[in-house]
Amino acid sequence: MRALKYYFREALLSIARNSWLSLAAVGTVTVSLFILGFSLLVVMNVNRLADYLESSVEVSIFLKDGLTGQQLQDLQNRIRALPGVVEVQFISKKQALEEMKKNLGPNRGLLEGLEEDNPLPDAFRVRTQRADQVAAVAKEAASLPGVEDVRYGQGVVERLVAVTRWVRLAGLASMALIGAAAVFLISTTIRLSVFSRQREIGIMKYLGATNWFVRFPFLLEGMMLGLAGSALAALLVHAGYAAVVRSVTGAMPFIPVVGQDQAFFALLGSLVALGLLVGAAGSLISIRRFLNV
Amino acid sequence: MLRFYGVCKEYPNGAKALEDINLHVRKGEFVFLVGPTGAGKTTLLKLIFREELPTRGQVIFNGRNIARLRPREVPYLRRRIGIVFQDFRLLPTKTVYENVAFALEVTGTSGREIRRRVPEVLRLVGLEEKMHAFPAQLSGGEQQRVGIARAIVNNPPLLVADEPTGNLDPNTSWEIMDLFCRINAAGTTVIVATHAWDMVGAMDKRVVVLEGGRITRDDYGRVALPHTGGPAGRRQQETGG
Repeated sequence: MRALKYYFREALLSIARNSWLSLAAVGTVTVSLFILGFSLLVVMNVNRLADYLESSVEVSIFLKDGLTGQQLQDLQNRIRALPGVVEVQFISKKQALEEMKKNLGPNRGLLEGLEEDNPLPDAFRVRTQRADQVAAVAKEAASLPGVEDVRYGQGVVERLVAVTRWVRLAGLASMALIGAAAVFLISTTIRLSVFSRQREIGIMKYLGATNWFVRFPFLLEGMMLGLAGSALAALLVHAGYAAVVRSVTGAMPFIPVVGQDQAFFALLGSLVALGLLVGAAGSLISIRRFLNV
Repeated sequence: MLRFYGVCKEYPNGAKALEDINLHVRKGEFVFLVGPTGAGKTTLLKLIFREELPTRGQVIFNGRNIARLRPREVPYLRRRIGIVFQDFRLLPTKTVYENVAFALEVTGTSGREIRRRVPEVLRLVGLEEKMHAFPAQLSGGEQQRVGIARAIVNNPPLLVADEPTGNLDPNTSWEIMDLFCRINAAGTTVIVATHAWDMVGAMDKRVVVLEGGRITRDDYGRVALPHTGGPAGRRQQETGG
């Protein structure tokens, strides 16, 4: 109990004594965790956007005229059996025309009279599990008997897949870099703090203090700095993200964004935990070599 | 309580600090360790509280080989040895009271015990009036008294002092030596390393002389020290400087 009081008193005293340095450390933790938090949110949003776009990418398989019901059934079964296919929907000539009319809206008059001699083909609309399976499915389907033509967003899908992979990678890399920088900055701060108290540490060792007794106040100091910095970062991320979401959804309401839901608060929570961890790691790194008196 | 068996100490740079030291200090003894600068006095003391390890030989304290202690046992060894330094090593940001209390805090003593023992030991060294002063407000002699109070507040069985009067004028030095004698009279074993030959000669205690890393003399009582011109000449020198 008494020791605990001593640890906290020493840690707080040390922070107060090196107040500018401590402020700088808190600031750097805040900035780095803020950047980390935001880049994580960007990754989360890009992932969600990718999921959304992926799920909306379809393959349209147009069929030759005059296939029998049995042939249609066979074809549908064979398409469903292709790897990655999750849904096959049959769109008859009639349905296709209706859809087209709907899409044209006020200009639907253009299609007047086509019911008698519908030029649109029957078609299957196919969804795949992932966007990168679309190209393979399209190729396979094109070689099936009774298929006239296959269409999908050629190029767009490939590019989207490439971009999402790149964004995920960049997010991971920046996460690692920024995390390392934060550890380094805390360890530098604690090192200076240890350095300014080296004499005191030496005396403590002569008086018979255990290594943990010497270490603990510094560990606590690092964790306090990490906690202060990360809590501030979490608040900033919370406020900043709310503002970004407001302006994005105002301008482009059709883009799906990650809301302030459970995942979002889990992210804030992990930022704070990470700050504590970074503080502890930073201080342990710098105290290690000062203990051999 | 403390034995050296054939102890040699060689530093990594090849300097031989101690050679074949055999020494036995009994419980309750007062031992002066004298010799010129560089004779190995400080090294010998460092071997006792395990700041250094012997290259050869054994140092036995209370039946335990100090070299064999595991690193995490060292703090508990040091709690049974009070250490006094030439440069006092007080914490400038703490008061006299806090400096002494520090030794107890470090070893996890309860608050009530600290409040009881610190004033007691400060009274013993004659500093109860200056309890709340900072080290910078004290004279050298007073600072050393704080250092001694801090060293004995744990009631260690052994007190080790390295040139405790090295930074003090002769009168103050005598007061400090007197304090060591009183601590010794209360039952604590005391080892004082010094090159203040004059005081050693006048104090009628066991004297171990170290020269060039070897023990060249181990006597009780007044000793005439050949190459110093005797106690009188030495004292004049110090007063003059």
